[in-house]
Amino acid sequence: MPSTVALTVARYRPERESVPTFQTYEIPFRKDWVVLDALNHVKDSLDGSLSFRWSCRMGVCGSCGMKVNGTPKLTCATFLSEYLPGPIRVEPLDYFPVVRDLVVDLTDFVRKLKQVKPWILRKEEKPLAEGEYLQTPDQLDAYKQFSMCINCMLCYSACPIYGLEPSFIGPAAIALAQRYNMDSRDQGAAERLKILSEHDGIWQCTFVGECTKVCPKHVDPAGAIQQYKLTGATHWVKSLLLPWGTR
Amino acid sequence: MSAEPPYTLYHPRWYRRRVSVWWWLQNRSYTRFVLRELTSVFVAFFAVIYLWQLRALAQGPEAYGQFLARLKTPPFLIVDTFAFVFVLFHAITWFNLTPKAMVLRLRGKRVPDWVILGLNYAAWLVLSGAVAFMLLQG
Repeated sequence: MPSTVALTVARYRPERESVPTFQTYEIPFRKDWVVLDALNHVKDSLDGSLSFRWSCRMGVCGSCGMKVNGTPKLTCATFLSEYLPGPIRVEPLDYFPVVRDLVVDLTDFVRKLKQVKPWILRKEEKPLAEGEYLQTPDQLDAYKQFSMCINCMLCYSACPIYGLEPSFIGPAAIALAQRYNMDSRDQGAAERLKILSEHDGIWQCTFVGECTKVCPKHVDPAGAIQQYKLTGATHWVKSLLLPWGTR
Repeated sequence: MSAEPPYTLYHPRWYRRRVSVWWWLQNRSYTRFVLRELTSVFVAFFAVIYLWQLRALAQGPEAYGQFLARLKTPPFLIVDTFAFVFVLFHAITWFNLTPKAMVLRLRGKRVPDWVILGLNYAAWLVLSGAVAFMLLQG
């Protein structure tokens, strides 16, 4: 085991440089350290000017997504020991504008997420007195996987389509739309279909499949999109054959 | 102007990296993806050959004989072998994605991926076997 490892970090300080540069820090190697621990060590002891986002340290909040040696990762769940002998290269997520160092701006995603209405839509709410909307374990099982998404944006960073066509709604937003479409309590599938079946929705996806590979929560956004393509295509055929039936 | 212009973010100091033309060479699975997309060209190639064969067949035995002789020339054999490999790649990657798009539920439980894959491959084998049988019999 080495006693130290080199951490090469992308730096972008807009007041000083117009393109990102790399800075290398020699940090102590500990086998229980993840990349986020190493970044915090840099921030605390070596260079307080390094900027990055993090919060929970346990794969729940989705803030610490970065590229580690070229692959989008949650840095709180990526051990230094996986990358020995180093150097370990840490960069901001691809395809999002870089605000500073490792911090990217996610406004684009938040705007798209809102478009797909990721909440339970009812044609008519039932009165409170009638109690809650019940659900069987099997009904929960139908969408549970998609509900695990933590909006960490690794899937967007892994998706070359999002890089080439920034208007693409993207993997996480579609998976989350599908999470509500599959929910037995929801009645908003037709409303979401309007957004999802447009050009920038599911049909932009050419099934590269990388979003599913990098997902730390096993959401399988690629699966969600392909399943939705089947729904979208079926709906389209139905609307051709029975134009009055799909209103 | 009466309508308020929509608010758009403008941050000249944010760094936006352009996607390289060579993005598909940066990672092996991207390269495999682009190759998979490219297989459609070879699928189209076989379709054109097939149409050409139908035309020759309609023109009579002499034209059909000429067509078959042309297929046996080295350039065609080389291109065909190449195209066959790509079409095979196309078929296999296509089958492998079916369990992603098709979620079947039996008595509330999701049918495992390997069952859906297995059924697809089995159907492929049976149909290919039937075609081979018909061709070899004739």
